[in-house]
Amino acid sequence: MDAVEHSPNTPLEYQSETGRLNILGFWIFLGAEIALFSTLFATYFVLDGRTAGGPVPAELFEVKGVLIETFLLLTSSFTCGLAIHYMRRHSLKGLFLWIGITLALGLSFLGFEIYEFVHYIHEGAALTTSAYWSAFFVLTGTHGAHVAMGIAWIALILIQLKQRGLTPDTSRKVFISSLYWHFLDVVWIFIFTAVYLLGMVM
Amino acid sequence: MANNEQTHSHFPWSHVIGFALSIILTLFALWVGFESGLSNTMIVVVVVGLALIQATIQLVMFMHMTESEDSKYQTGTILYALFIAIAVVVGTIWVMSFGMSHM
Repeated sequence: MDAVEHSPNTPLEYQSETGRLNILGFWIFLGAEIALFSTLFATYFVLDGRTAGGPVPAELFEVKGVLIETFLLLTSSFTCGLAIHYMRRHSLKGLFLWIGITLALGLSFLGFEIYEFVHYIHEGAALTTSAYWSAFFVLTGTHGAHVAMGIAWIALILIQLKQRGLTPDTSRKVFISSLYWHFLDVVWIFIFTAVYLLGMVM
Repeated sequence: MANNEQTHSHFPWSHVIGFALSIILTLFALWVGFESGLSNTMIVVVVVGLALIQATIQLVMFMHMTESEDSKYQTGTILYALFIAIAVVVGTIWVMSFGMSHM
């Protein structure tokens, strides 16, 4: 590990030059992710209302289901933040506990989302039904795929954490995966607002 | 060395406050959408504004965007990405609004 000057209070993940650069690099990646999702949102807005005589979103969206998904993901973002808080106090137990809760909430979110998609398909709104539903499923599906990816990634990091304990390397990995997880909630805020809320209100 | 003081305090105040604010903003957006009686244009403006505030809370209070020595690059990257996102979304809607009746 390359040595840099640091005080004992510096979080482990920032203690090496590599760690700092990896974290900065991940922020740049998140910038690219914002650009990716913006194209999907742009497509969604353009195709909004083009339901080709099929089901319209206001008929199928339900406040209750959307709120459950929203609060599951929001709470998981919060518990993920707590996990980092405990990591910085060198509590491996606290870290495992809160990351475990985060993954459980993430899995529940995915479960509800899959249930929602299956419900829509039963009601006759599938990927191929109309331009609107194509845009809807691609946007929300891309987000859902990111969540699935995040769960698998964080689970693998937990295995490494179990084997190696808290080191500048493992804490950097945990911290970067936490950035990813929070970012997924940031994207969901806009899906909740632009797709579901405005879809039900307009 | 850069890091914020709440990192080492005993109770994760910034997370709890961020979480509470996020819940309040979500429920407020819901109220604006269904109960406020504002015009459709105003509803869009207000709920998108609330979403941007909530996203900022996540970035700053949960993701510690501003904590490291590289914070100005991190913040700059995200602001630039936000500019790209707005240009893509608004630009696409604007361009595609011409001649929709011919499609």
